[in-house]
Amino acid sequence: MILNLDFAFLTPEVVSGYVVKGLIFSVQLTLVAMIGGIILGTVLALMRLSSRPWLVMPAAAYVNAMRSIPLVMVILWFFLLIPLLSGKPLGAEMSAMITFTLFEAAYYSEIMRAGIQSIPKGQVGAGYALGMTYGQTMREIVLPQAFRNMLPVLLTQTIILFQDTSLVYAIGAYDLLKGFEIAGKNFNRPVETYLVAAAIYFIICFSLSMLVKKLQQRIAIIR
Amino acid sequence: MGGARKRSKDKLSTWDWQVFCKDTIEGEVIPSCFGSGGDITYLDWMFSAWGWTLSVALLSLVVALAFGSLMGILRTTPNRGLVFLGNAWTELFRNIPLLVQIVLWYHVIPSLIPVLQGIPSFLLVVAALGLFTSARISEQVRAGIQSLPRGQSMAGLAMGLTLAQTYRYVLLPMAFRIIIPPLTSESMNIIKNSSVAFAVSIAELTLFAMQAQEETSRGIEIYLAVTGLYFISAFSINRVMHFIEERVRVPGLIAAGGK
Repeated sequence: MILNLDFAFLTPEVVSGYVVKGLIFSVQLTLVAMIGGIILGTVLALMRLSSRPWLVMPAAAYVNAMRSIPLVMVILWFFLLIPLLSGKPLGAEMSAMITFTLFEAAYYSEIMRAGIQSIPKGQVGAGYALGMTYGQTMREIVLPQAFRNMLPVLLTQTIILFQDTSLVYAIGAYDLLKGFEIAGKNFNRPVETYLVAAAIYFIICFSLSMLVKKLQQRIAIIR
Repeated sequence: MGGARKRSKDKLSTWDWQVFCKDTIEGEVIPSCFGSGGDITYLDWMFSAWGWTLSVALLSLVVALAFGSLMGILRTTPNRGLVFLGNAWTELFRNIPLLVQIVLWYHVIPSLIPVLQGIPSFLLVVAALGLFTSARISEQVRAGIQSLPRGQSMAGLAMGLTLAQTYRYVLLPMAFRIIIPPLTSESMNIIKNSSVAFAVSIAELTLFAMQAQEETSRGIEIYLAVTGLYFISAFSINRVMHFIEERVRVPGLIAAGGK
């Protein structure tokens, strides 16, 4: 009764039939939201740090709103609103990509803001003194350093993002967890599939966080 | 396509807040907005869901604080075995998505441990969310203790206090004051994270939002109300924690006040 586990049904065919499709989507979603989120987040951070109130306020409102709503509710909101606004239904997968990019942008923007603020003000002044425009100063001097200083934190946030992608469950997108769940239902082995799913998430996230730790040490030595 | 766009514009421009006064079964508007005699309106349902959200979150917070503090303390002790236990605990609960952990507690653990089979699913979710959050709190407690000068624990031990007494009277009183700000945001996170309990059919706010949206097709009104309730809940926790922070502040110490 207690340990009546049987993993034998998880043959390579089953894994490639059910799980790989979901894993690919989870990774895809993570990468899209990471790249889009960092770009949009950097723009939001620059807006919040500008001296013009009409740029600061909307960016701050956006970031605070996103950060105070549960991600599941954000997923549901976008799944409801995107078809209403665009007038045509969008698949759960596409909706998830848009949602996660916009949601993660708020979190990445806080990281980038801290990174930009960690650069001494004199560097910006030096850029202007050399005749550089605002855009050049940011692009050539501030952002590369901010990005580099914050790289470990950005990657840690990406690991959290990868874990959060499992929440697309709320709108029924086919991700890693869903793949295991369907396999578990079809072979009537839900306990085993959930255990394997947890193990796979753990292995991916744990090894990534170890890599981030290594990277952090290397960056710390160079500086 | 054009027709769809027109319809969707109509839908966006007209509000129907009366949806909350509707009976959940017959769909008729009840004048008082609260059902009577066993009938419930969507408003009744939403408040009951809010109660579930708060119950799950607050009980999980108690579990998380207990286990998180214990594991965080273990990670700073001189004993290597205890440090390993604390580290392993933290890595285990931090590196598996919350949804997967909730599903594990709900579907897997009762079938592996028969004793747990009679336990209500509400408590299983509390265990899942509590232990998930305990990993984050253990990080904060460890960082708080390690931020204290090494001399403090040495002084405690040199004065003849046992290790336990050193923690109880010297290290923890300061460490917990220092970590009140990150604990505040973790307590607000726990309100947000309780939304994941929808996946195992706990009747909390997010599940209410999904089901009521489906039944009434009044998604925007319902989502707005639910989002507002999450906002109020998180903000209240923020105020309570701020009050605690002020009350326990040690005059003259930056760490105790944050000002």
